[in-house]
Amino acid sequence: MGSLAVLEYHLVGYRRTWRGSVFSSFLLPLLTMLSFGVGVGAYVDSGIGGVPYLDWIVPGLIASTALQVAMGEATWPVLSGFQWVKTYFSQIAAPLRVVDVLGGQLGFVLLRVLVSSAAFLAVAAAFGALHSAWAPVTLLLVLLIGAAVALPTIAFSASITSDSYLALLFRVAVIPMTLFAGVFFPVESLPPVLRWLAYLSPLWHGVDLCRSATLGVAPAWSATGHLLYLAVWVALGWLLAHARFRRRLLD
Amino acid sequence: MTVSSDGALIHARGLRKRFGEFTAVDGIDVDVPRGEAFGFLGPNGAGKSSTMRMIACVSAPSAGTLRILGMDPLRQGPAIRARLGVCPQLDNLDPELTVRENLTTYARYFRIPRRVARERADELLEFVQLTDRAGSKVEPLSGGMKRRLTIARALVNEPEIVLLDEPTTGLDPQARHLVWERLFRLKQQGVTLLLTTHYMDEAEQLCDRLVVMDGGRIVAEGAPRELITRYSTREVVELRFAADAPEDIAGKLAGVGERTEALPDRLLLYADDGDAALAQVQQRGLEPAGVLVRRSTLEDVFLHLTGRTLVD
Ligand SMILES: Nc1ncnc2c1ncn2[C@@H]1O[C@H](COP(=O)(O)OP(=O)(O)OP(=O)(O)O)[C@@H](O)[C@H]1O
Ligand SMILES: [Mg+2]
Repeated sequence: MGSLAVLEYHLVGYRRTWRGSVFSSFLLPLLTMLSFGVGVGAYVDSGIGGVPYLDWIVPGLIASTALQVAMGEATWPVLSGFQWVKTYFSQIAAPLRVVDVLGGQLGFVLLRVLVSSAAFLAVAAAFGALHSAWAPVTLLLVLLIGAAVALPTIAFSASITSDSYLALLFRVAVIPMTLFAGVFFPVESLPPVLRWLAYLSPLWHGVDLCRSATLGVAPAWSATGHLLYLAVWVALGWLLAHARFRRRLLD
Repeated sequence: MTVSSDGALIHARGLRKRFGEFTAVDGIDVDVPRGEAFGFLGPNGAGKSSTMRMIACVSAPSAGTLRILGMDPLRQGPAIRARLGVCPQLDNLDPELTVRENLTTYARYFRIPRRVARERADELLEFVQLTDRAGSKVEPLSGGMKRRLTIARALVNEPEIVLLDEPTTGLDPQARHLVWERLFRLKQQGVTLLLTTHYMDEAEQLCDRLVVMDGGRIVAEGAPRELITRYSTREVVELRFAADAPEDIAGKLAGVGERTEALPDRLLLYADDGDAALAQVQQRGLEPAGVLVRRSTLEDVFLHLTGRTLVD
Protein backbone atom coordinates (compact mmCIF):
# COMPACT_ATOMS: atom_id res chain seq x y z
CA MET A 1 0.00 0.00 0.00
CA GLY A 2 2.62 2.48 1.11
CA SER A 3 4.84 1.50 -1.80
CA LEU A 4 2.08 2.41 -4.22
CA ALA A 5 1.81 5.91 -2.76
CA VAL A 6 5.57 6.28 -3.16
CA LEU A 7 5.40 4.94 -6.72
CA GLU A 8 2.61 7.42 -7.40
CA TYR A 9 4.89 10.23 -6.26
CA HIS A 10 7.62 9.12 -8.68
CA LEU A 11 5.08 8.88 -11.48
CA VAL A 12 3.86 12.43 -10.90
CA GLY A 13 7.42 13.61 -11.55
CA TYR A 14 7.75 11.26 -14.53
CA ARG A 15 4.57 12.69 -16.06
CA ARG A 16 6.63 15.77 -16.93
CA THR A 17 9.37 13.91 -18.76
CA TRP A 18 7.83 10.71 -20.05
CA ARG A 19 7.37 11.87 -23.63
CA GLY A 20 11.03 12.58 -24.11
CA SER A 21 12.02 9.39 -22.35
CA VAL A 22 9.68 7.21 -24.39
CA PHE A 23 10.90 8.85 -27.58
CA SER A 24 14.51 8.10 -26.75
CA SER A 25 13.48 4.59 -25.71
CA PHE A 26 12.47 4.00 -29.32
CA LEU A 27 15.17 6.05 -30.97
CA LEU A 28 18.07 4.20 -29.39
CA PRO A 29 17.03 0.69 -30.50
CA LEU A 30 16.09 2.00 -33.92
CA LEU A 31 19.55 3.46 -34.46
CA THR A 32 21.15 0.34 -33.02
CA MET A 33 19.20 -1.92 -35.35
CA LEU A 34 20.23 0.12 -38.34
CA SER A 35 23.85 0.32 -37.29
CA PHE A 36 24.28 -3.34 -36.37
CA GLY A 37 21.83 -4.87 -38.78
CA VAL A 38 22.76 -2.97 -41.92
CA GLY A 39 26.28 -1.92 -41.00
CA VAL A 40 28.08 -4.42 -38.76
CA GLY A 41 25.85 -7.33 -39.78
CA ALA A 42 27.06 -7.04 -43.38
CA TYR A 43 30.59 -7.98 -42.26
CA VAL A 44 29.48 -10.87 -40.05
CA ASP A 45 27.65 -12.68 -42.81
CA SER A 46 27.99 -16.15 -41.33
CA GLY A 47 25.91 -15.10 -38.28
CA ILE A 48 26.34 -16.89 -34.94
CA GLY A 49 25.11 -20.44 -34.45
CA GLY A 50 23.11 -20.26 -37.67
CA VAL A 51 21.29 -17.07 -36.59
CA PRO A 52 21.81 -13.72 -38.40
CA TYR A 53 24.12 -11.49 -36.34
CA LEU A 54 21.48 -8.82 -35.76
CA ASP A 55 18.94 -11.32 -34.47
CA TRP A 56 21.61 -12.84 -32.27
CA ILE A 57 22.55 -9.59 -30.55
CA VAL A 58 19.00 -8.20 -30.16
CA PRO A 59 18.23 -10.10 -26.93
CA GLY A 60 21.62 -9.09 -25.57
CA LEU A 61 20.91 -5.47 -26.39
CA ILE A 62 17.53 -5.67 -24.70
CA ALA A 63 19.12 -7.12 -21.57
CA SER A 64 21.87 -4.51 -21.60
CA THR A 65 19.28 -1.76 -22.08
CA ALA A 66 17.58 -3.10 -18.96
CA LEU A 67 20.94 -2.94 -17.18
CA GLN A 68 21.67 0.61 -18.29
CA VAL A 69 18.24 1.97 -17.41
CA ALA A 70 18.17 0.15 -14.07
CA MET A 71 21.62 1.40 -13.13
CA GLY A 72 20.84 4.93 -14.29
CA GLU A 73 17.67 5.07 -12.20
CA ALA A 74 19.35 3.41 -9.21
CA THR A 75 22.21 5.88 -8.96
CA TRP A 76 21.73 9.64 -9.23
CA PRO A 77 18.01 9.65 -8.33
CA VAL A 78 18.70 7.57 -5.20
CA LEU A 79 21.66 9.69 -4.16
CA SER A 80 19.47 12.74 -4.61
CA GLY A 81 16.76 11.23 -2.45
CA PHE A 82 19.23 11.21 0.42
CA GLN A 83 21.56 14.02 -0.41
CA TRP A 84 20.06 16.74 -2.55
CA VAL A 85 16.27 16.77 -2.68
CA LYS A 86 16.09 14.54 0.43
CA THR A 87 12.80 13.05 -0.70
CA TYR A 88 13.25 9.89 1.34
CA PHE A 89 13.46 11.87 4.56
CA SER A 90 10.16 13.55 3.79
CA GLN A 91 8.64 10.14 3.08
CA ILE A 92 9.85 8.48 6.25
CA ALA A 93 8.36 11.35 8.28
CA ALA A 94 4.96 10.19 6.99
CA PRO A 95 3.50 6.89 8.19
CA LEU A 96 5.55 4.94 5.63
CA ARG A 97 8.01 2.20 6.48
CA VAL A 98 11.47 1.70 5.04
CA VAL A 99 10.08 -1.09 2.82
CA ASP A 100 7.55 1.35 1.37
CA VAL A 101 10.14 3.98 0.53
CA LEU A 102 12.48 1.39 -1.00
CA GLY A 103 9.71 -0.60 -2.64
CA GLY A 104 8.22 2.49 -4.29
CA GLN A 105 11.61 3.54 -5.60
CA LEU A 106 12.32 0.04 -6.94
CA GLY A 107 8.88 -0.07 -8.53
CA PHE A 108 9.64 3.09 -10.45
CA VAL A 109 13.05 1.80 -11.57
CA LEU A 110 11.43 -1.39 -12.86
CA LEU A 111 8.73 0.55 -14.63
CA ARG A 112 11.37 2.54 -16.48
CA VAL A 113 13.19 -0.69 -17.33
CA LEU A 114 9.97 -2.20 -18.63
CA VAL A 115 9.11 0.78 -20.85
CA SER A 116 12.58 0.92 -22.43
CA SER A 117 12.78 -2.83 -22.95
CA ALA A 118 9.27 -3.02 -24.38
CA ALA A 119 10.17 -0.29 -26.88
CA PHE A 120 13.27 -2.22 -27.88
CA LEU A 121 11.30 -5.43 -28.20
CA ALA A 122 8.73 -3.71 -30.40
CA VAL A 123 11.42 -2.31 -32.70
CA ALA A 124 13.09 -5.73 -32.83
CA ALA A 125 9.78 -7.34 -33.77
CA ALA A 126 9.38 -4.82 -36.58
CA PHE A 127 12.80 -5.83 -37.92
CA GLY A 128 11.81 -9.51 -37.77
CA ALA A 129 14.48 -10.26 -35.18
CA LEU A 130 12.21 -12.29 -32.90
CA HIS A 131 12.02 -15.98 -33.82
CA SER A 132 9.98 -17.47 -31.04
CA ALA A 133 6.56 -17.27 -29.42
CA TRP A 134 8.46 -17.08 -26.13
CA ALA A 135 9.69 -13.57 -27.01
CA PRO A 136 7.15 -11.72 -24.77
CA VAL A 137 8.65 -13.54 -21.78
CA THR A 138 11.60 -11.18 -22.29
CA LEU A 139 9.50 -8.52 -20.56
CA LEU A 140 9.45 -10.59 -17.39
CA LEU A 141 13.13 -11.37 -17.72
CA VAL A 142 14.11 -7.70 -17.97
CA LEU A 143 12.25 -7.06 -14.70
CA LEU A 144 14.34 -9.77 -13.08
CA ILE A 145 17.57 -8.42 -14.58
CA GLY A 146 16.54 -4.89 -13.62
CA ALA A 147 15.90 -5.84 -9.99
CA ALA A 148 19.09 -7.93 -9.82
CA VAL A 149 21.31 -5.00 -10.81
CA ALA A 150 19.22 -2.13 -9.42
CA LEU A 151 19.00 -3.35 -5.83
CA PRO A 152 22.73 -3.68 -5.12
CA THR A 153 23.21 -0.38 -6.95
CA ILE A 154 20.54 1.29 -4.81
CA ALA A 155 22.35 -0.05 -1.75
CA PHE A 156 25.57 1.49 -3.06
CA SER A 157 23.94 4.83 -3.88
CA ALA A 158 22.44 4.90 -0.39
CA SER A 159 25.91 4.50 1.12
CA ILE A 160 27.68 7.41 -0.55
CA THR A 161 27.40 11.15 -0.16
CA SER A 162 29.03 12.33 -3.38
CA ASP A 163 28.33 11.41 -6.97
CA SER A 164 31.99 11.09 -7.92
CA TYR A 165 31.75 7.35 -7.17
CA LEU A 166 28.87 6.89 -9.57
CA ALA A 167 30.83 7.65 -12.72
CA LEU A 168 33.36 5.12 -11.48
CA LEU A 169 30.63 2.53 -10.99
CA PHE A 170 29.62 2.90 -14.62
CA ARG A 171 33.20 2.49 -15.74
CA VAL A 172 33.99 -0.57 -13.65
CA ALA A 173 30.60 -2.32 -13.79
CA VAL A 174 28.28 -1.23 -16.57
CA ILE A 175 30.67 -0.79 -19.47
CA PRO A 176 32.68 -4.01 -18.94
CA MET A 177 29.47 -6.01 -18.46
CA THR A 178 27.98 -4.56 -21.61
CA LEU A 179 31.10 -5.36 -23.60
CA PHE A 180 32.00 -8.80 -22.24
CA ALA A 181 28.87 -10.47 -20.84
CA GLY A 182 27.74 -12.10 -24.07
CA VAL A 183 25.86 -9.21 -25.64
CA PHE A 184 27.97 -8.86 -28.80
CA PHE A 185 29.73 -12.22 -28.98
CA PRO A 186 29.56 -15.55 -27.13
CA VAL A 187 31.50 -15.51 -23.86
CA GLU A 188 33.10 -18.80 -24.93
CA SER A 189 35.44 -16.72 -27.11
CA LEU A 190 36.86 -15.04 -24.00
CA PRO A 191 40.05 -16.23 -22.23
CA PRO A 192 39.16 -18.28 -19.10
CA VAL A 193 39.57 -15.52 -16.49
CA LEU A 194 37.38 -13.06 -18.34
CA ARG A 195 34.94 -15.81 -19.15
CA TRP A 196 34.50 -16.59 -15.46
CA LEU A 197 33.99 -12.93 -14.71
CA ALA A 198 31.32 -12.90 -17.38
CA TYR A 199 29.67 -15.95 -15.78
CA LEU A 200 29.62 -14.13 -12.43
CA SER A 201 28.00 -11.01 -13.86
CA PRO A 202 24.22 -10.95 -13.59
CA LEU A 203 24.02 -9.60 -17.12
CA TRP A 204 25.33 -12.77 -18.79
CA HIS A 205 22.63 -14.84 -17.11
CA GLY A 206 20.03 -12.33 -18.23
CA VAL A 207 21.36 -12.19 -21.78
CA ASP A 208 21.38 -15.96 -22.12
CA LEU A 209 17.78 -16.18 -20.89
CA CYS A 210 16.60 -13.37 -23.18
CA ARG A 211 18.36 -14.95 -26.13
CA SER A 212 16.68 -18.23 -25.41
CA ALA A 213 13.32 -16.45 -25.31
CA THR A 214 13.64 -14.44 -28.54
CA LEU A 215 15.37 -17.10 -30.62
CA GLY A 216 13.59 -20.13 -29.19
CA VAL A 217 16.88 -21.94 -28.59
CA ALA A 218 18.08 -23.76 -25.49
CA PRO A 219 20.12 -21.52 -23.13
CA ALA A 220 23.86 -22.12 -22.83
CA TRP A 221 23.35 -22.99 -19.16
CA SER A 222 20.40 -24.31 -17.15
CA ALA A 223 17.46 -21.90 -17.30
CA THR A 224 16.59 -22.70 -13.70
CA GLY A 225 20.19 -22.02 -12.73
CA HIS A 226 20.06 -18.63 -14.45
CA LEU A 227 16.81 -17.71 -12.71
CA LEU A 228 18.09 -18.80 -9.32
CA TYR A 229 21.36 -16.95 -9.76
CA LEU A 230 19.51 -13.73 -10.62
CA ALA A 231 17.09 -14.34 -7.74
CA VAL A 232 20.05 -14.50 -5.38
CA TRP A 233 21.20 -11.09 -6.61
CA VAL A 234 17.68 -9.77 -6.06
CA ALA A 235 17.42 -11.19 -2.56
CA LEU A 236 20.86 -10.10 -1.39
CA GLY A 237 20.43 -6.74 -3.10
CA TRP A 238 17.13 -6.19 -1.33
CA LEU A 239 18.57 -7.05 2.08
CA LEU A 240 21.54 -4.79 1.51
CA ALA A 241 19.48 -1.90 0.16
CA HIS A 242 16.95 -2.23 2.97
CA ALA A 243 19.72 -2.18 5.59
CA ARG A 244 21.33 0.89 4.02
CA PHE A 245 18.00 2.72 3.76
CA ARG A 246 17.12 1.85 7.31
CA ARG A 247 20.44 3.05 8.62
CA ARG A 248 20.25 6.31 6.74
CA LEU A 249 16.56 7.07 7.33
CA LEU A 250 16.12 5.91 10.91
CA ASP A 251 19.42 6.54 12.66
CA MET B 1 -7.55 8.35 23.12
CA THR B 2 -4.43 6.75 24.50
CA VAL B 3 -2.12 8.94 26.52
CA SER B 4 0.29 8.26 29.33
CA SER B 5 -0.98 8.33 32.89
CA ASP B 6 -0.37 12.03 33.49
CA GLY B 7 -2.14 13.00 30.29
CA ALA B 8 0.92 14.12 28.35
CA LEU B 9 0.89 13.64 24.57
CA ILE B 10 4.65 13.67 24.64
CA HIS B 11 6.39 12.14 27.58
CA ALA B 12 10.16 11.82 27.87
CA ARG B 13 12.29 10.73 30.82
CA GLY B 14 16.06 10.66 30.75
CA LEU B 15 15.93 10.85 26.95
CA ARG B 16 19.37 10.52 25.35
CA LYS B 17 20.75 10.53 21.84
CA ARG B 18 24.31 9.51 21.14
CA PHE B 19 26.11 9.60 17.82
CA GLY B 20 29.06 7.29 18.38
CA GLU B 21 30.98 8.77 21.30
CA PHE B 22 29.21 12.09 21.06
CA THR B 23 26.12 12.79 23.18
CA ALA B 24 23.79 15.18 21.38
CA VAL B 25 20.89 14.90 23.84
CA ASP B 26 21.96 14.22 27.38
CA GLY B 27 19.06 12.98 29.45
CA ILE B 28 16.11 15.32 29.15
CA ASP B 29 12.67 15.16 30.77
CA VAL B 30 9.76 16.63 28.86
CA ASP B 31 5.98 16.47 29.24
CA VAL B 32 3.72 18.21 26.78
CA PRO B 33 -0.04 18.11 27.40
CA ARG B 34 -2.59 18.31 24.60
CA GLY B 35 -3.15 21.74 23.14
CA GLU B 36 0.05 23.28 24.45
CA ALA B 37 2.57 25.19 22.39
CA PHE B 38 5.92 24.00 23.66
CA GLY B 39 9.29 25.41 22.64
CA PHE B 40 12.90 24.29 22.59
CA LEU B 41 15.14 27.32 22.75
CA GLY B 42 18.88 27.00 22.39
CA PRO B 43 21.99 27.85 20.39
CA ASN B 44 23.47 25.85 17.50
CA GLY B 45 24.26 22.29 18.46
CA ALA B 46 22.13 22.37 21.64
CA GLY B 47 20.36 19.17 20.57
CA LYS B 48 17.03 20.65 19.52
CA SER B 49 16.80 18.93 16.15
CA SER B 50 18.06 15.65 17.58
CA THR B 51 15.26 15.81 20.14
CA MET B 52 12.68 16.70 17.50
CA ARG B 53 13.77 13.79 15.30
CA MET B 54 13.33 11.35 18.17
CA ILE B 55 9.86 12.74 18.83
CA ALA B 56 9.11 12.50 15.09
CA CYS B 57 9.92 8.76 15.36
CA VAL B 58 12.70 8.85 12.77
CA SER B 59 15.58 8.55 15.21
CA ALA B 60 15.82 5.91 17.88
CA PRO B 61 16.56 7.12 21.42
CA SER B 62 19.90 5.81 22.75
CA ALA B 63 18.52 5.68 26.29
CA GLY B 64 15.55 6.79 28.36
CA THR B 65 11.80 6.62 27.94
CA LEU B 66 9.84 8.23 25.16
CA ARG B 67 6.09 7.94 24.65
CA ILE B 68 4.24 9.83 21.94
CA LEU B 69 0.43 9.80 22.02
CA GLY B 70 0.80 6.99 24.53
CA MET B 71 2.71 4.85 22.03
CA ASP B 72 6.26 3.59 21.72
CA PRO B 73 8.15 5.26 18.83
CA LEU B 74 10.32 2.19 18.27
CA ARG B 75 7.48 -0.25 17.80
CA GLN B 76 4.65 1.97 16.61
CA GLY B 77 6.49 4.54 14.48
CA PRO B 78 4.14 4.57 11.48
CA ALA B 79 1.02 4.67 13.71
CA ILE B 80 2.43 7.67 15.57
CA ARG B 81 3.68 9.41 12.43
CA ALA B 82 0.18 9.13 10.96
CA ARG B 83 -0.93 11.63 13.61
CA LEU B 84 2.07 13.97 13.45
CA GLY B 85 2.91 16.83 11.13
CA VAL B 86 6.57 17.54 10.61
CA CYS B 87 8.27 20.66 9.32
CA PRO B 88 11.99 19.75 9.28
CA GLN B 89 14.80 22.25 9.76
CA LEU B 90 15.76 21.98 6.09
CA ASP B 91 13.01 21.98 3.47
CA ASN B 92 12.76 18.73 1.56
CA LEU B 93 10.13 19.68 -0.99
CA ASP B 94 10.41 18.32 -4.52
CA PRO B 95 11.61 21.26 -6.65
CA GLU B 96 10.47 19.61 -9.89
CA LEU B 97 6.86 19.20 -8.79
CA THR B 98 4.35 22.00 -8.57
CA VAL B 99 3.35 23.55 -5.28
CA ARG B 100 0.05 21.69 -5.32
CA GLU B 101 1.61 18.38 -6.36
CA ASN B 102 3.96 18.55 -3.41
CA LEU B 103 0.90 18.53 -1.16
CA THR B 104 -1.21 16.00 -3.03
CA THR B 105 1.58 13.43 -3.41
CA TYR B 106 2.41 13.83 0.27
CA ALA B 107 -1.23 13.37 1.26
CA ARG B 108 -1.19 9.99 -0.49
CA TYR B 109 1.43 8.74 1.99
CA PHE B 110 -1.31 9.11 4.62
CA ARG B 111 -3.77 7.10 2.50
CA ILE B 112 -5.84 10.19 1.90
CA PRO B 113 -8.04 9.66 -1.18
CA ARG B 114 -7.01 11.71 -4.24
CA ARG B 115 -10.12 13.88 -4.27
CA VAL B 116 -9.78 14.74 -0.58
CA ALA B 117 -6.08 15.38 -1.12
CA ARG B 118 -6.82 17.93 -3.83
CA GLU B 119 -9.42 19.70 -1.69
CA ARG B 120 -7.14 19.79 1.30
CA ALA B 121 -4.24 21.04 -0.79
CA ASP B 122 -6.33 23.97 -1.97
CA GLU B 123 -7.43 24.80 1.58
CA LEU B 124 -3.89 24.64 2.88
CA LEU B 125 -2.53 26.79 0.06
CA GLU B 126 -5.16 29.32 1.00
CA PHE B 127 -4.09 29.03 4.62
CA VAL B 128 -0.43 29.80 3.87
CA GLN B 129 -1.30 32.30 1.11
CA LEU B 130 0.23 30.41 -1.78
CA THR B 131 -2.93 29.89 -3.81
CA ASP B 132 -1.66 32.02 -6.68
CA ARG B 133 1.44 29.84 -6.96
CA ALA B 134 -0.42 26.51 -6.81
CA GLY B 135 0.48 25.49 -10.36
CA SER B 136 4.05 26.72 -10.47
CA LYS B 137 7.10 24.61 -9.78
CA VAL B 138 8.66 24.82 -6.34
CA GLU B 139 12.17 25.47 -7.64
CA PRO B 140 11.86 29.23 -8.23
CA LEU B 141 9.91 30.01 -5.04
CA SER B 142 11.51 32.26 -2.44
CA GLY B 143 12.81 30.75 0.79
CA GLY B 144 9.82 32.10 2.70
CA MET B 145 7.34 30.59 0.26
CA LYS B 146 9.05 27.21 0.44
CA ARG B 147 8.94 27.36 4.21
CA ARG B 148 5.23 28.11 4.17
CA LEU B 149 4.69 25.24 1.75
CA THR B 150 6.61 22.91 4.06
CA ILE B 151 4.38 24.00 6.92
CA ALA B 152 1.29 23.44 4.76
CA ARG B 153 2.58 19.97 3.89
CA ALA B 154 2.96 19.20 7.59
CA LEU B 155 -0.77 19.88 8.01
CA VAL B 156 -2.02 17.74 5.17
CA ASN B 157 -3.05 14.87 7.47
CA GLU B 158 -4.77 17.17 10.00
CA PRO B 159 -2.21 16.20 12.65
CA GLU B 160 -2.77 16.33 16.40
CA ILE B 161 0.83 17.31 17.02
CA VAL B 162 2.87 19.55 14.73
CA LEU B 163 6.66 19.56 15.03
CA LEU B 164 8.28 22.69 13.67
CA ASP B 165 12.08 22.80 13.58
CA GLU B 166 13.03 26.46 13.22
CA PRO B 167 9.89 27.37 11.27
CA THR B 168 10.90 30.95 10.58
CA THR B 169 14.68 30.89 10.25
CA GLY B 170 15.67 32.86 7.18
CA LEU B 171 12.30 34.54 6.72
CA ASP B 172 11.82 38.27 6.43
CA PRO B 173 9.80 39.95 9.21
CA GLN B 174 6.60 40.01 7.19
CA ALA B 175 6.77 36.33 6.27
CA ARG B 176 7.64 35.51 9.84
CA HIS B 177 4.59 37.33 11.18
CA LEU B 178 2.39 35.48 8.73
CA VAL B 179 3.77 32.15 9.97
CA TRP B 180 3.30 33.18 13.59
CA GLU B 181 -0.26 34.17 12.92
CA ARG B 182 -0.99 30.83 11.22
CA LEU B 183 0.63 28.83 14.00
CA PHE B 184 -1.39 30.77 16.51
CA ARG B 185 -4.56 29.83 14.66
CA LEU B 186 -3.57 26.17 14.75
CA LYS B 187 -3.06 26.44 18.46
CA GLN B 188 -6.52 27.92 18.85
CA GLN B 189 -7.89 24.91 16.98
CA GLY B 190 -6.41 22.74 19.72
CA VAL B 191 -3.38 21.45 17.80
CA THR B 192 -0.38 20.71 20.00
CA LEU B 193 2.68 22.58 18.74
CA LEU B 194 6.32 21.75 19.36
CA LEU B 195 8.80 24.16 17.98
CA THR B 196 12.47 24.92 18.12
CA THR B 197 13.83 28.36 17.61
CA HIS B 198 16.82 30.65 18.03
CA TYR B 199 14.54 33.61 18.36
CA MET B 200 13.39 34.65 21.79
CA ASP B 201 10.64 36.86 20.38
CA GLU B 202 9.26 33.84 18.55
CA ALA B 203 9.36 31.78 21.73
CA GLU B 204 7.72 34.56 23.74
CA GLN B 205 4.99 35.05 21.15
CA LEU B 206 4.10 31.45 20.52
CA CYS B 207 5.05 29.25 23.43
CA ASP B 208 2.96 28.55 26.49
CA ARG B 209 5.96 26.84 27.96
CA LEU B 210 9.50 26.24 26.86
CA VAL B 211 12.78 24.68 27.79
CA VAL B 212 16.15 26.29 27.31
CA MET B 213 18.63 23.72 26.01
CA ASP B 214 22.39 23.93 26.03
CA GLY B 215 24.88 21.18 25.30
CA GLY B 216 22.18 18.52 25.13
CA ARG B 217 20.68 19.39 28.51
CA ILE B 218 17.69 21.35 29.69
CA VAL B 219 18.98 24.27 31.72
CA ALA B 220 15.63 25.87 32.52
CA GLU B 221 11.95 25.24 32.00
CA GLY B 222 8.83 27.33 32.37
CA ALA B 223 6.49 29.85 30.78
CA PRO B 224 8.37 32.67 29.02
CA ARG B 225 7.38 35.35 31.55
CA GLU B 226 8.02 33.00 34.43
CA LEU B 227 11.55 32.29 33.21
CA ILE B 228 12.25 35.96 32.85
CA THR B 229 11.06 36.68 36.37
CA ARG B 230 13.01 33.78 37.75
CA TYR B 231 16.30 34.31 35.98
CA SER B 232 16.45 37.99 35.19
CA THR B 233 15.53 41.39 36.58
CA ARG B 234 12.57 43.34 35.33
CA GLU B 235 14.70 45.74 33.30
CA VAL B 236 18.08 45.86 31.63
CA VAL B 237 20.29 48.85 30.91
CA GLU B 238 22.46 48.41 27.82
CA LEU B 239 25.54 50.60 28.02
CA ARG B 240 27.98 51.29 25.20
CA PHE B 241 31.24 53.03 25.78
CA ALA B 242 33.39 54.69 23.18
CA ALA B 243 36.85 53.71 24.40
CA ASP B 244 36.81 51.43 27.45
CA ALA B 245 36.28 47.68 27.28
CA PRO B 246 32.96 46.61 28.82
CA GLU B 247 34.79 44.35 31.34
CA ASP B 248 36.75 47.30 32.71
CA ILE B 249 33.59 49.29 33.21
CA ALA B 250 31.92 46.36 34.94
CA GLY B 251 34.52 46.60 37.69
CA LYS B 252 33.47 50.14 38.43
CA LEU B 253 29.81 49.30 38.77
CA ALA B 254 29.91 47.11 41.89
CA GLY B 255 26.73 47.60 43.87
CA VAL B 256 24.75 49.10 41.00
CA GLY B 257 21.77 46.94 40.01
CA GLU B 258 21.79 43.20 40.67
CA ARG B 259 24.54 42.09 38.30
CA THR B 260 26.27 42.89 35.04
CA GLU B 261 27.12 40.93 31.88
CA ALA B 262 29.98 42.15 29.73
CA LEU B 263 29.50 41.46 26.01
CA PRO B 264 32.17 42.27 23.45
CA ASP B 265 30.41 45.45 22.32
CA ARG B 266 28.32 46.44 25.33
CA LEU B 267 27.67 46.06 29.01
CA LEU B 268 24.33 44.80 30.30
CA LEU B 269 23.30 46.07 33.70
CA TYR B 270 20.46 44.12 35.30
CA ALA B 271 18.18 46.05 37.64
CA ASP B 272 14.48 46.11 38.43
CA ASP B 273 14.44 49.87 37.96
CA GLY B 274 16.53 50.65 34.92
CA ASP B 275 16.32 54.42 35.11
CA ALA B 276 17.43 54.44 38.75
CA ALA B 277 20.38 52.21 37.92
CA LEU B 278 21.34 54.46 35.04
CA ALA B 279 21.30 57.45 37.36
CA GLN B 280 23.72 55.61 39.66
CA VAL B 281 26.01 54.88 36.71
CA GLN B 282 26.15 58.56 35.90
CA GLN B 283 26.73 59.45 39.58
CA ARG B 284 29.89 57.37 39.39
CA GLY B 285 31.19 59.66 36.71
CA LEU B 286 30.80 57.19 33.86
CA GLU B 287 29.62 58.62 30.59
CA PRO B 288 28.32 55.93 28.23
CA ALA B 289 28.22 56.78 24.52
CA GLY B 290 24.95 54.91 24.11
CA VAL B 291 22.21 53.91 26.54
CA LEU B 292 19.13 51.73 26.19
CA VAL B 293 16.78 50.84 29.00
CA ARG B 294 14.56 47.88 28.09
CA ARG B 295 12.60 45.03 29.61
CA SER B 296 14.30 41.69 30.14
CA THR B 297 13.75 39.05 27.47
CA LEU B 298 14.47 35.36 27.13
CA GLU B 299 17.77 36.37 25.59
CA ASP B 300 18.80 37.65 29.01
CA VAL B 301 17.63 34.44 30.63
CA PHE B 302 19.74 32.50 28.21
CA LEU B 303 22.76 34.71 28.71
CA HIS B 304 22.47 34.33 32.45
CA LEU B 305 22.09 30.56 32.32
CA THR B 306 24.78 29.78 29.80
CA GLY B 307 27.01 32.84 29.70
CA ARG B 308 26.44 32.99 25.96
CA THR B 309 24.20 34.88 23.60
CA LEU B 310 21.58 33.01 21.65
CA VAL B 311 21.96 34.68 18.28
CA ASP B 312 25.27 36.27 17.47
N1 LIG C 1 23.52 12.29 12.47
C1 LIG C 1 24.44 12.84 13.28
N2 LIG C 1 25.66 12.29 13.41
C2 LIG C 1 26.58 12.83 14.24
N3 LIG C 1 26.39 13.93 14.96
C3 LIG C 1 25.19 14.53 14.87
C4 LIG C 1 24.16 14.03 14.02
N4 LIG C 1 23.09 14.84 14.14
C5 LIG C 1 23.44 15.80 15.00
N5 LIG C 1 24.69 15.63 15.45
C6 LIG C 1 25.40 16.48 16.42
O1 LIG C 1 24.60 16.61 17.56
C7 LIG C 1 24.69 17.94 18.08
C8 LIG C 1 23.29 18.48 18.21
O2 LIG C 1 22.77 18.67 16.92
P1 LIG C 1 21.31 19.21 16.67
O3 LIG C 1 21.12 19.25 15.21
O4 LIG C 1 20.36 18.42 17.47
O5 LIG C 1 21.42 20.67 17.28
P2 LIG C 1 20.39 21.88 17.15
O6 LIG C 1 20.10 22.32 18.52
O7 LIG C 1 19.26 21.51 16.30
O8 LIG C 1 21.30 22.95 16.43
P3 LIG C 1 20.92 24.03 15.31
O9 LIG C 1 20.37 25.19 16.03
O10 LIG C 1 22.24 24.35 14.69
O11 LIG C 1 19.96 23.40 14.37
C9 LIG C 1 25.57 18.72 17.13
O12 LIG C 1 26.85 18.81 17.69
C10 LIG C 1 25.59 17.88 15.88
O13 LIG C 1 26.83 18.01 15.23
MG1 LIG D 1 18.55 22.11 14.52
